[in-house]
Amino acid sequence: MKSERDFLDQAEAYIKGELNEQEASLFKDYLASDRHAREDFIAHQQFIENIKRYGERVALKEELNNIHANLDVEEVLAYAMPKKPLIMRLWDKYKINSLVAASVALLAVFSTLWLTGFYSKDDTSRYIALRRDMNNIRQNVKAQNALIKDINKNKAGITTPSHYGATGFALSSNGYIMTTYHVIKDADSVYLQNNAGISYKGKVIYTDPTYDIAVLSIVDENFKDFGNLPYTFKQNAADIGEDVYTIGFPREEAVYGRGYLSSNTGYSGDTVAYQVSIPVNPGNSGGPVLDNRGNIIGVINSKQTETDGAAFAIKSNYVLKALADIPEDSLDKKIVINKKNTLANLSRTEQIKRVQDYIYMVKVY
Amino acid sequence: MSKEKKYTLSEDEELIFGIQNGDAKIMESLYRIHFPVIMRLIVNNGGDVDDAKDIFQEAVIILYDKIKEGSFELNSKLKTYLYSVSRNLWLKRLTKKGIYTNIEDFEDRLPVEEDIESHKERDRQFMLMEDALMRLGEPCQTIIKDFYLRNLSMHDICEKFGYTNTDNAKNQKYKCLQRLKKLFFG
Repeated sequence: MKSERDFLDQAEAYIKGELNEQEASLFKDYLASDRHAREDFIAHQQFIENIKRYGERVALKEELNNIHANLDVEEVLAYAMPKKPLIMRLWDKYKINSLVAASVALLAVFSTLWLTGFYSKDDTSRYIALRRDMNNIRQNVKAQNALIKDINKNKAGITTPSHYGATGFALSSNGYIMTTYHVIKDADSVYLQNNAGISYKGKVIYTDPTYDIAVLSIVDENFKDFGNLPYTFKQNAADIGEDVYTIGFPREEAVYGRGYLSSNTGYSGDTVAYQVSIPVNPGNSGGPVLDNRGNIIGVINSKQTETDGAAFAIKSNYVLKALADIPEDSLDKKIVINKKNTLANLSRTEQIKRVQDYIYMVKVY
Repeated sequence: MSKEKKYTLSEDEELIFGIQNGDAKIMESLYRIHFPVIMRLIVNNGGDVDDAKDIFQEAVIILYDKIKEGSFELNSKLKTYLYSVSRNLWLKRLTKKGIYTNIEDFEDRLPVEEDIESHKERDRQFMLMEDALMRLGEPCQTIIKDFYLRNLSMHDICEKFGYTNTDNAKNQKYKCLQRLKKLFFG
């Protein structure tokens, strides 16, 4: 019908609504009749749309940029991101670093502990103090008591069973007895029974929990005097490999135990004690450890459960040190440590015969 | 500064209505009400103020197009819509930079993938048109813009460019349009 230019001009006018009624209906008819023209019209219409959309977008962007340029960004920022206190900001910033550092530190600590075998030690199960717990034989004693009751119905003086048993030995001729602290720790009363079976009432004079030492005194009217003690305390450190022995009361009778000094330190490197290789049992606690010449080199106090023949004895020089610390005023009679050893040249059996009279079973109620 | 927390649905409706009708002031209030939320989102997730501006403006354009198209339905808060779109755009931009991360949400979210896809297509058309117009050169570019965007009449254009008569101007415009089409579709 017309040139393409005229067609497009008309189409644009039609879109804009600039044609009069007659022209519009003519154009419409033309579009309806010519498929080709219709397609051209639609394509052109879309293209114009496209240009317009472009224009709109440009205008919008410009508008937004203008708004943004007029915006107080600092104010928005302050509003959108409320400032936290310095410490919080630092924490936010270094949170990751510190968490990593903390976990590395924890890992290092625990892996070191693990590598050095800290966890493989089961401390509690390996160390036991050697007092004898009488509770396990209480049943027997009760049964016996019942029997005795039946037999001697009218006789008084039924003894209550002791809670703990241990060993003690004479310190000085005037009735002082040495034992270990853990034995008499919770004692109501203490009785001391000698080899002949005679029982005396004892009294706790002095305790030293750090060295596990306790000093008792016999406070019984029937008690007179020990006489001269046959043994002395060794002043110097004893040597490893030295032949030693002990006498104690792991049961109701005195029991002799023989061995040697196996280490200069005690449990977990404890310098206060020796390790001695003597078979000891609960009840041996407080027993003296004597060397060949009859010098007391230590006092039995504990053993290691999982190691055979590892018993520990408090060193004699610490015992002496503890004794020296006893305030003089608290004593009725002075503790005079025996200086003269009368056992030195005797055979072992002879030594034991002499010594055992000075070793007492400590019964704690 | 408007109170971001206090706005209501009716406020949203007002904004949408304003955009629909080309209210001159409406963009400014939209900006003031909703920009802080997006700013917080971007700045909290590794962007700066300029990133926030870009992302927010893109989200606004998407919203604008959708409203103009008539396909926007206010099913949730406008804030939620803008937040979701911005979040999506920002994650895409981070991914482009090789940062694969997630954004912790303090706002509700909507699925907006479709909107962003259709926006991408429109964006492509926009770039094509921009490119075509650039290459069209002068005076064609101005003639086209004057006629189609600024709605000047052929008579005005004739005078502005000093053509001897309107027919010449029309002819010139026609030639420009044909070239633009060639550049655009070619």
